[in-house]
Amino acid sequence: MDKIAIVGVGQTKYERHKIDTFEEMVFEAATKALADAGGEIGDIDNVVTVSNDFWDGRTISSMAVQAAAGSWGKDISTVEGDGTFGALYGLMRILSGSFDTTLVVSHIKGSEGVMNLITNAMFDPIYQRGLGIDATSAAALQARVYMQATGYTEEDFAAVSVKNHGNAKNNPYAQLPKSITVADVMASRKIADPLKLYDCSPISDGAAAVILANQKGIKRFKKAPVWIRGVAHCADSYNLGYRDLARSRALKKAAAKAYQMAGITDPLRELDVAELYDAYSYMELMWMEGLGLAPEGKAAEMVRSGATAMGGKLPVNPSGGVLSSHPVLVAGMARLIEATLQVRGEAGGRQVKGARTALAQGINGPCGQAHCVFIVGS
Amino acid sequence: MADWRDAVTNMVYEGRIKVPYLWSVGETGSRFLEALRDRQEIWGTRCPQCRKVFVYPVKHCGECFVPIGEWVRVGHSGTLESFTIARYAHSMQPVAPPLAYGLIRLDGADGSLLHLIGDADLGKLKVGMRMKAVFAPERKGAITDIRYFTPAG
Repeated sequence: MDKIAIVGVGQTKYERHKIDTFEEMVFEAATKALADAGGEIGDIDNVVTVSNDFWDGRTISSMAVQAAAGSWGKDISTVEGDGTFGALYGLMRILSGSFDTTLVVSHIKGSEGVMNLITNAMFDPIYQRGLGIDATSAAALQARVYMQATGYTEEDFAAVSVKNHGNAKNNPYAQLPKSITVADVMASRKIADPLKLYDCSPISDGAAAVILANQKGIKRFKKAPVWIRGVAHCADSYNLGYRDLARSRALKKAAAKAYQMAGITDPLRELDVAELYDAYSYMELMWMEGLGLAPEGKAAEMVRSGATAMGGKLPVNPSGGVLSSHPVLVAGMARLIEATLQVRGEAGGRQVKGARTALAQGINGPCGQAHCVFIVGS
Repeated sequence: MADWRDAVTNMVYEGRIKVPYLWSVGETGSRFLEALRDRQEIWGTRCPQCRKVFVYPVKHCGECFVPIGEWVRVGHSGTLESFTIARYAHSMQPVAPPLAYGLIRLDGADGSLLHLIGDADLGKLKVGMRMKAVFAPERKGAITDIRYFTPAG
């Protein structure tokens, strides 16, 4: 594969009830990414937007943000899914040979719709939707399957929430920086057993953007490139009942491909930091195992030992993760941006010292039906 | 810099998208739903290659990517593989919370069926317990013709 780099990143602060419109958020993220790259909109050959019509409350939601994404007079297309998939598609557009640079922008205003109603609509209308299932109740079913398979306790899940909300205190973009304890998580309101309020990510608004370029394209920008060393995507069954919910086959496959591409044989040793899609606390453990960062049934022990905390062997979600801000669609792109900032040494208070290789993961579909894994390096 | 909101009030516009749909269920689903409605039977389809029995039934195996033509009647009872109790209320829910969901592996099926749990002491639900289907007295050819699954004896 031709070498593709990330040359610019931008994100808004993630908040609930943001007053900014879709267009304002997209413009903010896109112009921040251009400023970060040291380039101008004229340096962009094509644009990819990431949005979802149900969340935006309008059909062809992508078209409404075209002006804000700087795409007038340019080739523009859209991914309806997580921002990591948008970035993967943006990368492929460069590999197609038609473009040297891509701007990928994602946005969401979770606070303007109703999450439970919208995620209920992702389920099959004939067999599942009428039961009232949504993202959270489905995740709760997965959490219990996972507890059954691993012997993990609700306290094990709570420890992830404690770590990530604590890490968020070092991330100026995060929505919920918090000093909480396992006891606080355990005492928080029951949502869908075994999940409690602090096991669940918040409703968030925000936008993010990345600029990708090939070796020819990077010359247009001032910023030192962060190279995409590996990337892969894999999906599994849409129906929860046909899938092993405790072990993500799709993530294992995506990880194996991304590692192979990046020449990584021992991810725990070779990665310096990982940003994972922890929409619910248990997911961080499950994705760690799927990514081969911990043996099956051992991720909780790693979290408890502090190995994934700041200063540990492999810090996971120094940004505070998705538990601290969950702009749906944007959240995976935020992971990729965080990974990029880490290997640049520009992650501020959440910087992992000397980070050179970072992993970012995004998910799509109910309970992590599909996964996208990026490995980036300086 | 002055905040523009000092000069004007941000307006908020309320809307609602309400679009009716008519989804064709197709041959496989219609056979399944008709059997629920007319005979109170639960049927799955068996992949000729991997031999897995899918309930709800599918017309093609996602694993083997081959057409499926064989129908298999599965039991009304099965094993509870997971459950949750949703404590919140939203308009898409068919009954008031607390609302229990289960993943039930029916006898003779591979994989599990998502459905509601009813007529149960929710505090006593356990993974691995036996569950049985309770049919709705008035059935209309929908997944809710099974009213819920309840702990079996």
